[in-house]
Amino acid sequence: MKILVCISNVPDTTTKIKFAEGNASVDTAGIQWVINPWDELSLTRALELKDNPANGVNSVTVVHVGTAASEPTIRKALAIGADDAIRVNADSSDAFFVAAQIAEVVRKEQFDIIMCGIESSDYNGSLVGGMISEFLGIPSVSAVSDLKIENGQPLLTREIDGGKEVVSVSVPLVAIVQKGIAKEPRIAAMRGIMMARTKPVKLVEPMAVESLTQVVVFEKPAPRAACKYIDAENPAQLIDLLQNEAKVI
Amino acid sequence: MSVLVYTENWDGKFKKLSFELVSYASGVAKMAGTSVTAVSIGKVDDTELKKLGNYGASKIVAVTNEKLSTLDNQAYASVISEIALKENSGVIIISNNNAGKAIAPRLSVRLKAGVGSGVSRLPLNLNPFTVYKRTYSGNAFAHLVIKSDIKILTLAQNSFDLAETPGNSCMIENFSLTVDEAHLKTVVKDVQKQTGKILLTDADIVVSGGRGMKSPDNWSPLTELASLLGAATACSRPVSDEGWRPHDEHTGQTGKIIAPNLYIAVGISGATQHLAGISSSKYIVAINTDKDAPIFEAAQYGIVGDAMKILPKLVEAVKAKK
Ligand SMILES: Cc1cc2nc3c(=O)[nH]c(=O)nc-3n(C[C@H](O)[C@H](O)[C@H](O)COP(=O)(O)OP(=O)(O)OC[C@H]3O[C@@H](n4cnc5c(N)ncnc54)[C@H](O)[C@@H]3O)c2cc1C
Repeated sequence: MKILVCISNVPDTTTKIKFAEGNASVDTAGIQWVINPWDELSLTRALELKDNPANGVNSVTVVHVGTAASEPTIRKALAIGADDAIRVNADSSDAFFVAAQIAEVVRKEQFDIIMCGIESSDYNGSLVGGMISEFLGIPSVSAVSDLKIENGQPLLTREIDGGKEVVSVSVPLVAIVQKGIAKEPRIAAMRGIMMARTKPVKLVEPMAVESLTQVVVFEKPAPRAACKYIDAENPAQLIDLLQNEAKVI
Repeated sequence: MSVLVYTENWDGKFKKLSFELVSYASGVAKMAGTSVTAVSIGKVDDTELKKLGNYGASKIVAVTNEKLSTLDNQAYASVISEIALKENSGVIIISNNNAGKAIAPRLSVRLKAGVGSGVSRLPLNLNPFTVYKRTYSGNAFAHLVIKSDIKILTLAQNSFDLAETPGNSCMIENFSLTVDEAHLKTVVKDVQKQTGKILLTDADIVVSGGRGMKSPDNWSPLTELASLLGAATACSRPVSDEGWRPHDEHTGQTGKIIAPNLYIAVGISGATQHLAGISSSKYIVAINTDKDAPIFEAAQYGIVGDAMKILPKLVEAVKAKK
């Protein structure tokens, strides 16, 4: 069985976002780039599955759509333990574009399980995984918090309103993962970092695909009103304010 | 051109988010000078279906097919896209919840329709079609232009006020279809569902605890306050990681993203990753011993003090009001 993990390259989650001239893009100066948090967990789970030979996972490949600037993020994924990587050499203009490129990679290389994070922490789109599955005409399971392989078949736990559902789906499939898929992201050890240098990164040129959306301008969230403090000796006043001023209880 | 809205039901009743979705769709339709068609999949009787009319739907397409009883997103997307084409829909509105996140991207590819996900306001402009969209987990907002002929918008839950349209008349059309068995690939093996609990993503009020609660044994005044307020309970990530509270209560960047009317954060420092999940709340209350905790910058009301002393007093105060 072959697993493909889709990774997105995003600013560290503590980054104070600033915009470049004209506010049409984010100012990348000084940004620390990381693997999107969900993708890091999804890679971790893929590697855990491979660790146990009973699961029959032969390889874990990562794929990224991006320019050479994101090489360090790809190397990091290899250092964590992915066997090899594929980079589609293009600016990731929108989810539709990215998903179309990854679907093409899957068509050529044939993977059994394609893992995507539930969203990327930059565009918060929650789109790429579902789009890949539709491009390929294969099933997808969303909000997956556990992925196992039993008798050669993937068994997935997905979150539904107010609970969980365990579903089985035949391969190939796209698993769109969220919290719970792995406990902690796996960290690259020194040996992994050394090995990553020689692991193969295959470069693929993009297909011509037109993006469907475009950001024209960014803005900062509206500032919130200053905090009104209530005396710790008299918390009942808070209830009063919530009832009569904010009118929310 | 019409605005199509996909509604959701549970046990034959519409979820509250369905009325939000129809209210939002009516707002878009009004801007575009057109009407709203709502899609309902599953067994819902006519009296319940008609409720969508109160929020502005002028037509309801009701799909009942036994085979569509579990969410198979491939099958659902094919049904919705068929209806969208038949109704000549220019804009399709879906929830940004788990089901919506599974369906919207598939529809997008089927219809070659660009998606504005997680919107909470009406479009800024119809030509070019521009939406206001949360990005960088709430640290920035984008004006996103959707260039395709058909546009899909997914609406953040709890973000749009219900708007009734009195006197609106609506018709119901039963839609029969044949479901392609080949499309039904999701086999459900087991379901675990809590009943009687207020869902975090639906809740108007949320009481949430962080590491400042000190121990899992200290939660009873917090849950009591929540139940008195009819609120759902939530927590920060370390709290669920420690196993003090269940994982489905974790809010924030890597947990649930919610937008209640009131979010009460108790013993939560207010890290950016936590705020990413709650910053769309209408009111935030912070209770924290540290007057410099960043949560106070996000809050409209704050109490600097020990949660263990304050929570019981809040419980008393709420009881006194009843
Ligand atoms: C990639 C990534 C993703 C993350 N995603 C999330 C996420 O989704 N959600 C999330 O919550 N975190 C997330 N985190 C973790 C986040 O950075 C913070 O570590 C976490 O939110 C802190 O939780 P806390 O506020 O409960 O604890 P702390 O930061 O330890 O804060 C505890 C607070 O309680 C106060 N306190 C102590 N005693 C009392 C008392 N007696 N009464 C009242 N107040 C008291 C303290 O003053 C302090 O402010 C993420 C981190 C990373 C790196």
